[in-house]
Amino acid sequence: MALVYAGVCSHAPGITGRADQADPTVRDAFYESFDQMRQDIEASGAEAIVIIAAEHFANFFMNNMPSFAMGMADFYDGPIEDAAWLGIDKFRAPGNKDLSRRLITEVMQSADVSYAEEWKFDHGIAVPLHFLTPRFDLPVIPVNINCQGPPLTPVHRAWAFGEALRRACDAVPEKIAIVGTGGISHWPATPDSGKINEAWDRDFLDRWSRNDKDALLDYDDTQVYADAGQGGFEIRTFVTVSAAANGAPGDVHFYAPIPIFAVGCTIASYRLAV
Amino acid sequence: MSLYYVQKFLYELNRDEGLQQRYLDDRAGVLEPFELTDEETSALVAPDIGLLFHLGVNGQILMHFAALHQIAWADYLQLMRDGIEKHGPVREGVYAMTGYEGVDAHAESLGQSNRSE
Repeated sequence: MALVYAGVCSHAPGITGRADQADPTVRDAFYESFDQMRQDIEASGAEAIVIIAAEHFANFFMNNMPSFAMGMADFYDGPIEDAAWLGIDKFRAPGNKDLSRRLITEVMQSADVSYAEEWKFDHGIAVPLHFLTPRFDLPVIPVNINCQGPPLTPVHRAWAFGEALRRACDAVPEKIAIVGTGGISHWPATPDSGKINEAWDRDFLDRWSRNDKDALLDYDDTQVYADAGQGGFEIRTFVTVSAAANGAPGDVHFYAPIPIFAVGCTIASYRLAV
Repeated sequence: MSLYYVQKFLYELNRDEGLQQRYLDDRAGVLEPFELTDEETSALVAPDIGLLFHLGVNGQILMHFAALHQIAWADYLQLMRDGIEKHGPVREGVYAMTGYEGVDAHAESLGQSNRSE
């Protein structure tokens, strides 16, 4: 039928794995915002959730790195991380191979995308699912954008991919939710883990909320690395959602730096005309 | 230098519980099929988290390896800092893109004085 929901959220493993080390006040406010996102997705009537993630070498490596990949399976297992370390038990999430095939076929008309009939979820998808479909009762269609192994997917290609994804969603009868996960500024799993450039994050979220294409594409990787760390490369997932929202304005429902989670924790969505 | 194969081994290790068990049983043995230098092999056998970070291993791969060895998060971060102090800046890979200046330099460049957590 159409795209019925488009939003973004953080996915850092500390969000679940180091929950006990965070300030409970800000942590619980973040969790409540995550739960509101779940309710909004349920209220949209979404019959499948497309999660656009920046995975972290769980399925794709530099021996054969796709710029874009989409899952095409009836189920997906996760997390690959140690369950106790991540704070998420091993699970099997439902997919929808037939819907994936139809979406991928349409996306391919205007964007090059690899498909994968097997896919193990890492925290990039497992953490959002933990909050957004805690009963694993909504079919998931995973998407990956190469934000990890340079040369990276160009940001303007992430925009074009988002436009292709929107056309695909509008071409199928099912109601689709899209959620981008990642970013914003952070230095994950490095000696700088915990450092967050809040000013940079807020500027990015301002561009995202205005859905300002020119401003969102005005990022250079060298400068992003200097200002926002290698985690900042994950803005590609947010930019793809912006393109899929097709000009709709957005709202930031939650933003707060939580250093022990190693990221400025974010929940935001677009006001789609549906 | 064969950073690619160091990371390839860790990539395969992180997603294969069977390989994890074989690695724990015979660390040097499972490394034989990979094109590694003696320095890289010793870092993977030890394990030497600081040296692996210095060699350029991506933290998104390395943190799983640390977790496999039951290294606590705070200790993992400190081992990387110690590795930079002992061995010098990251040699190659994504962190060498603009040179790795270290925690304090990054904090200063962002106008922050606090040490990262």
